[in-house]
Amino acid sequence: MYNRFFTLHGVVMVFLFIIPSIPASLANFALPMMLGAKDVAFPRINLMSFYLWCAGAVLGISSMVLGAVDTGWTFYTPYSTTTDGSVGLMVMAAFILGFSSIFTGLNFIATVHKLRAPGMGFFDMPLFVWGIYATGIIQILATPVLAITLVLLLIERTFQIGIFDSRIGGDPVLFQHFFWFYSHPAVYIMIVPGMAIISELIPTFSRKTMFGYRAIAYSSVSLALLSFIVWGHHMFVAGESDLANVIFSALTFLVAIPSGVKVFNWLSTMYKGNITFETPMLYALSFLFLFAIGGLTGIFFSTLSVDIHLTDTYFVVAHFHYVMMGSTVIAFIGGVHYWWPKMTGKMYSETWGRIGCLLVFIGFNMTFGSQFIMGGQGMPRRYFNYLDQFQPIHAFSTYGSWVLGAGLFMTAINLLASLKIGKQAPDNPWGGTTLEWQSSSPPITHNFEEQPVLEHEPYDYRHRTVTHV
Amino acid sequence: MSTSTVDLHPEHPHGPGPHGDAGAHEHDPRQQHHFTTMEQQFDTSKIGMWLFLATEVLTFGGLFAGFGLMQNRYPQEFVEAHEQLQRLAGALNTVVLLVSSFTMVMGVQAARNNQPKKTARYLWLTVACAGIFMVVKAYEYTHKFEEGLLPGVFYHHHGDLIAGSHGYATFFSFYFMMTGLHGLHVLIGMILLSWLAIRAKRGEFSDKYYTPVDLVGLFWHLVDMIWIYLFPLYYLIT
Repeated sequence: MYNRFFTLHGVVMVFLFIIPSIPASLANFALPMMLGAKDVAFPRINLMSFYLWCAGAVLGISSMVLGAVDTGWTFYTPYSTTTDGSVGLMVMAAFILGFSSIFTGLNFIATVHKLRAPGMGFFDMPLFVWGIYATGIIQILATPVLAITLVLLLIERTFQIGIFDSRIGGDPVLFQHFFWFYSHPAVYIMIVPGMAIISELIPTFSRKTMFGYRAIAYSSVSLALLSFIVWGHHMFVAGESDLANVIFSALTFLVAIPSGVKVFNWLSTMYKGNITFETPMLYALSFLFLFAIGGLTGIFFSTLSVDIHLTDTYFVVAHFHYVMMGSTVIAFIGGVHYWWPKMTGKMYSETWGRIGCLLVFIGFNMTFGSQFIMGGQGMPRRYFNYLDQFQPIHAFSTYGSWVLGAGLFMTAINLLASLKIGKQAPDNPWGGTTLEWQSSSPPITHNFEEQPVLEHEPYDYRHRTVTHV
Repeated sequence: MSTSTVDLHPEHPHGPGPHGDAGAHEHDPRQQHHFTTMEQQFDTSKIGMWLFLATEVLTFGGLFAGFGLMQNRYPQEFVEAHEQLQRLAGALNTVVLLVSSFTMVMGVQAARNNQPKKTARYLWLTVACAGIFMVVKAYEYTHKFEEGLLPGVFYHHHGDLIAGSHGYATFFSFYFMMTGLHGLHVLIGMILLSWLAIRAKRGEFSDKYYTPVDLVGLFWHLVDMIWIYLFPLYYLIT
């Protein structure tokens, strides 16, 4: 039962929520507007991507009723080819969701290339667009490998053709290679859009030109490229050769460079800026704090000797929740607050938004910060039972999750309530300089009354007097 | 909002609309509302197709990587197993597909030169080549089925390659997976090409609008190219 629940949690959160969250929702709204376009390049493919997501969601959730899957979201062979339960259904759901993701990425890349406003070169685009562009590259190049892997898994499970089954000449580790060749880049499909949002929030609420614009743009793309050559670090203890381990370890350290470039550029942007603390900015600051922890603990795992000690402990769980939840989801919520007035034309309550953010931040750190301590002491992941010594920390972590839940609940209520009782939002509530703020709130069907023309750099606060609401 | 599909095809059946919004330029009814020019629309579609082809390459890439790994594990068995393939049939299919690529190019060329009949003829020729390919493939598959040269647990060959090593079955696992997936692409290509040929006959394509012919052409060349890699990989191992 426990195994089924964490599998469901993993699959739903990874494939149904985090991967599509920022690109398919916020970017779908903001990206064409930031480029001054009427729509994405292929609106019908976009719609199909949404239908596929729905189909995948129905399949995935129905597998819960028709024999829940207990393999973990990674579907490792040989267990996934032999266990009972509707692995086939779940795998098909992931396959379909993969195509949804591919279509989204394809659409954005084509849009960025062909639908920029007159006068907008690649280095005049907002950094959010750069991040989504980099994400699109990963979605297009990595997801097909997952697709074929899942097809092979399905055929293996149904017909026993012996590609992953060592009893008939296959290789279960081959599955792990295939899987992580997608799923490591998938981690960047999740985090790069989060960073992209932060790159909008920080200059807007610091009212300052982005420090190191090009460096951030390049770091998004280099993260996309690096993501393809580090998959082996998920398999340090799966019997890779020492040489392969050393190479993957060294390559993995490289990831710290573009990540560090981004963080330091954000901080430099804030330096001597005119900072105000609206709800989106509070989320951006939370992101900086949580991503720093999530990112730095990642380095523990690229260090081979430390990795062996920490593999499959709560330390891993805490690390990836700091990156996935603490960074991506926090950035997502920040982005929702940032574009909410533009999307709905309503202002939410700033006070409740801030309290919600505070609760989320505290609750999150209680829940997952404590798991670093347990992991370091050897609490293994994926066990429902534990030694008595871990009892107090487990309890603390659970209380934290309640605080976190309360914060998220409050945020949701605040946003939904604004639809009813919120004040009419002005066109540019934050004093943003990117193109989407030139349109009305909410925008008309074709986004702009007339084709906007780019007249200044994306974060040009020097020549503008920004009136702040 | 951006998933709206309402006005994808603004209809202007009688030329410029009553409000004169088409101005001095004639508005092509095939131009979608969010593009400024037909050229922009064509280029965008083409980028989309190239990106899709990239996903195709990666899909097959996974299988190629797996094949390479297993060939490394069972080098002797793979060489022995490949001798069971009919090299002549493979070579014939290679020629057939190369010819079909040529007829495809001619079809695209005819479409942009405003020659609807010629376009349809070349497209049907391409379909015919693809048909020959599938017939030859079916003949080859039948032979494998009769000999028991099958993937995984189904392998029951009693001739030269009696089991004893898993290498033979693994070879045929990959053989059927890769040629099967490729065959599926040929089949989809045939459907697309037939659809285009019918539309071409109706005179729907001209130098102003031949995007579908061009894009399916790109797809068809990729399908051919994958076979160009599959053929030596399977039939010419030494």
